[in-house]
Amino acid sequence: MRIFLVKRVFTLILTLLVATLVVFVVLEILPGDPAAVMLGVNAEAETLNALREEMGLNRPVWVRYTHWVASLLTGNLGISYTYDVPVSELILSRITVSFPLAILAMTLSTLIAIPLGIIAASNHNKPMDFLVMSFSQIGIAIPNFWFAMLLTIVFSVTFRLLPAGGFAGWDAGIIPVLKSFLLPTIALALPQAAILSRVTRSALLEVLKEDFIRTARAKGVTNQGTLWKHALRNALIPVVTIMGLQFSFLLAGTIIIENVFYLPGIGRLIFQAISQRDLIVVKNLVILLAGAVIMINFVVDLLYAVIDPRLRGGSDA
Amino acid sequence: MTLLKVQDLCVSLKTAYGRQDVISNINFCLNAGEKLGIVGESGCGKSITALALMSLLPPDSKTRGRIILEGRDILNLNSKEICSIRGNRIGMIFQEPMTALNPVKQIGAQISESIDLHLKLNRKQTLERVTELMDKVGLPVDRFGLNLYPHQLSGGQRQRVMIAMAIACNPDILIADEPTTALDVTVQEQILNLIRDLADSSGMALIMISHDLGVIAQTAQNVMVMYTGNIVEMGSTVDVYQNMLHPYTFGLFSAIPHAGSSSHLERKRLTSIPGQVPQLHQRPIGCNFADRCMRASKICKTKEPMATRVSDHHQVWCYHPLKEKI
Repeated sequence: MRIFLVKRVFTLILTLLVATLVVFVVLEILPGDPAAVMLGVNAEAETLNALREEMGLNRPVWVRYTHWVASLLTGNLGISYTYDVPVSELILSRITVSFPLAILAMTLSTLIAIPLGIIAASNHNKPMDFLVMSFSQIGIAIPNFWFAMLLTIVFSVTFRLLPAGGFAGWDAGIIPVLKSFLLPTIALALPQAAILSRVTRSALLEVLKEDFIRTARAKGVTNQGTLWKHALRNALIPVVTIMGLQFSFLLAGTIIIENVFYLPGIGRLIFQAISQRDLIVVKNLVILLAGAVIMINFVVDLLYAVIDPRLRGGSDA
Repeated sequence: MTLLKVQDLCVSLKTAYGRQDVISNINFCLNAGEKLGIVGESGCGKSITALALMSLLPPDSKTRGRIILEGRDILNLNSKEICSIRGNRIGMIFQEPMTALNPVKQIGAQISESIDLHLKLNRKQTLERVTELMDKVGLPVDRFGLNLYPHQLSGGQRQRVMIAMAIACNPDILIADEPTTALDVTVQEQILNLIRDLADSSGMALIMISHDLGVIAQTAQNVMVMYTGNIVEMGSTVDVYQNMLHPYTFGLFSAIPHAGSSSHLERKRLTSIPGQVPQLHQRPIGCNFADRCMRASKICKTKEPMATRVSDHHQVWCYHPLKEKI
């Protein structure tokens, strides 16, 4: 187990380094000079050059790269070209919206999906299974922006129970924050839960066909007992895999939902930064998201090893 | 004393050609401490018979007849009652030790599971029982910890764990379904001896299922030869092996390759039974073996043969048993 951990941490660091390299190179190749964008088309060549010097754009590529990697480690990421505030401050204010939202959505999705998947699998080919699968089919088919608008119309416009959008800010206290998070969380969680419940069900059904399930029943374990004590843990590998992918998506890919609910999250920031060529923000946001995805995969790998002793490697498992 | 009585057992399964009987008219008794062998080719219904005794058949199967264990018909029990028999009164060992153990559970926990279910023991007693079982099956706990996982054991060791699980609650009957088929030849002998010794010392009845006549000869007092879902010959192992009556039994024996029986110069072809085992939906009317049988006559293809009792311990389902002149 220890060897496995050391190996895995080493790969993690290496992957993060490669990610910084890729992000840097891609943004280097992209056309467009941030200094020219800031000054507009009529800028004098001298002014432009002065600004380039000030922004460090005239220095050699490798110096800028190492400087950037060092800045990632210290957290001193520089000043945003367009917002004129420190990038770290900007990103932090957005993460404190996106990250809790992703956690809430993932939690809700898991709490719905795994019990539903278990219910469906233990009632395989019975009405309950059919019912659960129909709901999840609908959940997958509905686009989440439309579902989000539907939620707004029902809960905000008709019943006036919850805000239609916007973020109260953490200073306003926990209740207003939760209120502004509630509808986005539901809108994000339900489609994810629909997929996750199907994955849970099919993974369980697959495991229930295994020989060791028959062995357990031959020992006198009841059907429910075999499901909980023998099948569930074996079925968790595909479930955890999908959960990892979904969590990555929820962190980075919530731009549509953030727009529907006017939430100041990472998705909207990255969209604005790209359209305004605020490259320093784009660069740091992209590496942050890439880093988050790599970290999630790392955690998923550790979970694999916790779930299945065969994946721990080494003889001391 | 009769422990288990199987009467007119038929099992049908749903197939692409509709519902088909996989086994039919299975009748036999098992006495306490008896060792019964069931032998036949793959697909003859040996395993289905065993699974029927445990009520472990697939959910879309239908079972008719009676399986009486101590006056109670297993087929009429509810699921709670059947769970109290499985692993407790009847233990079962499966063919494939590689897949028959739960890969994410430690072997100690897998062995203690049936003890926890059926015997009212406290933690310490359970641990003692597991240690005792591990010793019995040749996996002493000081060398093979209880917290090992199945993938850390060899095939033979896993089969020993299976055996420990099956005998954990001192069952009256142990069913071993091809327990050595998936193992190396060198290990097969050890596992067979272990099973036989355990049955001898505890007095439990043994049902040994195998396609291997040698395995049956080593372990069983009585033998039941099955072909396409029917019993074709049944009797004491000595009777059946020395005075086989059914042409199919004869065919099975002739098909055993004999090492050294033919010299390097005159290498004989291995003997085989002509024709093929009929598919489930193509089983003929009359005797199922008739199409492949040298001795078959008209009646064999029109009417199913009834049991002919040759001696107290020997029955055959054939119109033209071998000792009779054609």
